[in-house]
Amino acid sequence: MPAMLRKFAQRLGMLQHSFAGGVHPEMFKVTAGLPIEVAPIAPVHILPMKQHIGEACSPLVKVGDRVLRGQKIAKSEGYLSVPVHAPTSGRVVRIEEHAIPHPSGMGLPCIFIESDGQDEVDESLEPIANWREINPAILRERVRMCGLAGLGGAVFPTFIKLIQDKRFPIETLVLNGIECEPWLTNDHRMMLENPDDILSGMAIVMHMVDAKSGIIAIEDNKPDAAIAMREALSRASDMENVRVVVLPTRYPQGSEKQLIYSLTGKEVEAGRLPMHIGVVCQNVGTSKALHDAVVLGRTLTERLVTVSGDAVDNPATMSVRLGMPVRTLFAQRGVDDLSGLHLLHGGPMMGERLKNVDVPVIKSTTGLLAMSIPTMQQAHTEEQPCIRCGHCSEACPVHLVPNLLADACRSDQFDKAEKYHLFDCIECGSCSYVCPSNIPLVHYFRYGKGQIAQTRREQIFAEASRKRSETRDARIEAEKAEKAARRSRVRRDHAPVKPVEAVETEVKDATEEKS
Amino acid sequence: MPVMLSPPHAHGGDSIRMTMLTVILALLPATMISVYLFGWLAVLLIVTCMGTALLTEALCLKWMKRPLSTLLDNSAALTGLFLALTLPAAVPWWMAVLASVFAIVLGKQIYGGLGYNIFNPALSARIILLISFPLHMTTWIVPMSAAEPLLNLYDFSTCLNFFLAGPDALKLGFDAISMASPLGYVKTEATLGVPVAEALNAYNYSYLNAFLGFEAGSIGETSALALLIGGIFLLARHTITWHIPFSYIATVLLLAGLFNALNPEQFTPPLFHLFAGGLILCAFFMATDPVSSPVTPLGQIVFGIGCGVLTWSIRSFGGYPEGAMFAVLLMNCAVPLIDHYFRPRVYGYGSGDKS
Repeated sequence: MPAMLRKFAQRLGMLQHSFAGGVHPEMFKVTAGLPIEVAPIAPVHILPMKQHIGEACSPLVKVGDRVLRGQKIAKSEGYLSVPVHAPTSGRVVRIEEHAIPHPSGMGLPCIFIESDGQDEVDESLEPIANWREINPAILRERVRMCGLAGLGGAVFPTFIKLIQDKRFPIETLVLNGIECEPWLTNDHRMMLENPDDILSGMAIVMHMVDAKSGIIAIEDNKPDAAIAMREALSRASDMENVRVVVLPTRYPQGSEKQLIYSLTGKEVEAGRLPMHIGVVCQNVGTSKALHDAVVLGRTLTERLVTVSGDAVDNPATMSVRLGMPVRTLFAQRGVDDLSGLHLLHGGPMMGERLKNVDVPVIKSTTGLLAMSIPTMQQAHTEEQPCIRCGHCSEACPVHLVPNLLADACRSDQFDKAEKYHLFDCIECGSCSYVCPSNIPLVHYFRYGKGQIAQTRREQIFAEASRKRSETRDARIEAEKAEKAARRSRVRRDHAPVKPVEAVETEVKDATEEKS
Repeated sequence: MPVMLSPPHAHGGDSIRMTMLTVILALLPATMISVYLFGWLAVLLIVTCMGTALLTEALCLKWMKRPLSTLLDNSAALTGLFLALTLPAAVPWWMAVLASVFAIVLGKQIYGGLGYNIFNPALSARIILLISFPLHMTTWIVPMSAAEPLLNLYDFSTCLNFFLAGPDALKLGFDAISMASPLGYVKTEATLGVPVAEALNAYNYSYLNAFLGFEAGSIGETSALALLIGGIFLLARHTITWHIPFSYIATVLLLAGLFNALNPEQFTPPLFHLFAGGLILCAFFMATDPVSSPVTPLGQIVFGIGCGVLTWSIRSFGGYPEGAMFAVLLMNCAVPLIDHYFRPRVYGYGSGDKS
């Protein structure tokens, strides 16, 4: 019934489309009014072999090699992967496992580049100024080889989305400037300072996917960004079919599927992609990087990182070269001693707490927040029993029933958890945010997902072993049969001419084999 | 205390303690009216119930080796207040104590404490009392009675005496100080074959009095106005949602309206149902008790409709004049089922999906 009422209100123009649920966290966008600062290059940059969703890369360089800024140093392995590039010129000093920004503090092979201070750029990629005349497939390869992955934080390889499929013509390109996570101001500052480059990137994407129209989505807590984008639109040529849409602020509106619903009133079916309903989404930061990749021929070697948090007196939105050690970056903001602070990689709603602070900035580093212990303890007070108030169901943008789901996960009833759509959870954290009992619901969901994934892996492994052993048994059986046949053939051929006896031996042989 | 690694690393600040406190605040108007109507008897009843509930909770926590700080979540205090407001003023102290112990031990702790009880603790204790002591539980003291020879509600020592020793000590029969509740009166008259309209006339029933609360009943349930103020406060604070109260009351009104239109001699009119007995108290406060009601909006609507149908049916056809509390308790049993079958449609799954 509420859905019907909403549709009715929309028809009357009383209500914009708006995804269900969501929360209104306090925003703390303290860096919104401060211009982007360029972080100095660190003495050593650490480049993990996997900074995106998908398969890891393998190094192309050896220890001792000199590399230039933008030079490819690791090649992608497999389809869902993008290469890694050197963030500055220098020498490869080490290739070894090192901690990456991951809640477990796990490590991956990383290339260590010692900067030579020259910042010499690899100019081998030609700028493509006339991209309008270039085949989208060629541009797509350019986007892939430049290492682009979604800079909104999900780091899904960008080129994969930029494909034309006749069955699914793209109606709308959505440029995501929502940035609904508290503290983060990358997209906001980018829209204020580089609106023209963002639009240029958008135009390229629209050309690549043959989109009929474009929407730049901005929340109403960034009115200056909306003005900047509208002004840039009026300056741009050939962008009459693009408009800026200002949406009421609500977390997690920046989540792709929720944003699409807010803008179009259409849902992306489970297990399908936005392109299947004629929509492609790009983050504004990715759009700028795409402009750089195509028009300037620059690979992805830097990104914006909001360095902030209640323990940082001098926060800023920074343009950071990838591989910059987090410790160095905080030192540049005047935070030398990280002990006694909690570091968050990303925003507070979906970001991970860094267990190990000796990690580098990677393509998914939207923000680095240093939080004081009291603040974090306030966010994680002791878990109380669920009083079934239902606020989590109301807040869930996917319409799950988080408390029932958490119960199922906690009691290891994974069948039930799956039936309650555990895998449709986007882990936005809205449920935990509103929970009066401070239940770490996302934590339980991750546990459930992990356990189910583990069981599935084991099942696949067991299945494979079973097949292997069956094949082996069959092979041994076949070999035995063949041996027996051969032996009997030999005996028959060499036997004295006494046919009756020979047959008897053959039978005897066969029984022996069986036992 | 170690800080969780899992996000979100932010919290809205909502807590059980605040939620319970909000409900206690929302009950303040009804509590004040009850004191206004039933004087010191109401005060004694409320203090006894809340005190016993807190003490029992503390003993249970100690016995189960749980931190006593759990007392501060205000849930036991709220249960005590709820219970007191659903009791008639004629209840003596030991019955109030017994009911409070029942509410905490059998209503809540026996299931594992807050969050695990199937039934609304206050309601279950009240029902136990109603079944065990039907006379006391259906004797309604005349509100605002200040008559000196009988029972002056505004005189502390008289009330204390009455509360401690019961009516016998005062050499008073119940009849002298009590009256029938509208629901009870109409029901009794109906069994004698008196039509509804005539019975209401004979009772001198006034909708305005019923709305404001100047009539017989449990101490906290008489004033529709005070309860509505509290209910609206809860809705505004988002402690409850509209689903249960709306569907519950609408169902009762709809059924009562329909049957009253068909047969006005036998069935009472909808507004009478609305203001009589514990309907508004149950709809806004009891049925919305988060622990014992469904979590999903659709489930809550189903729950409310069920409560409405049962309330109206028990009042119209049952042996008891009032059915609201039975209705809520009965629907409490159905909550796990409702939760399972009325989950919302998940994003990205067509409306036909039931997996």
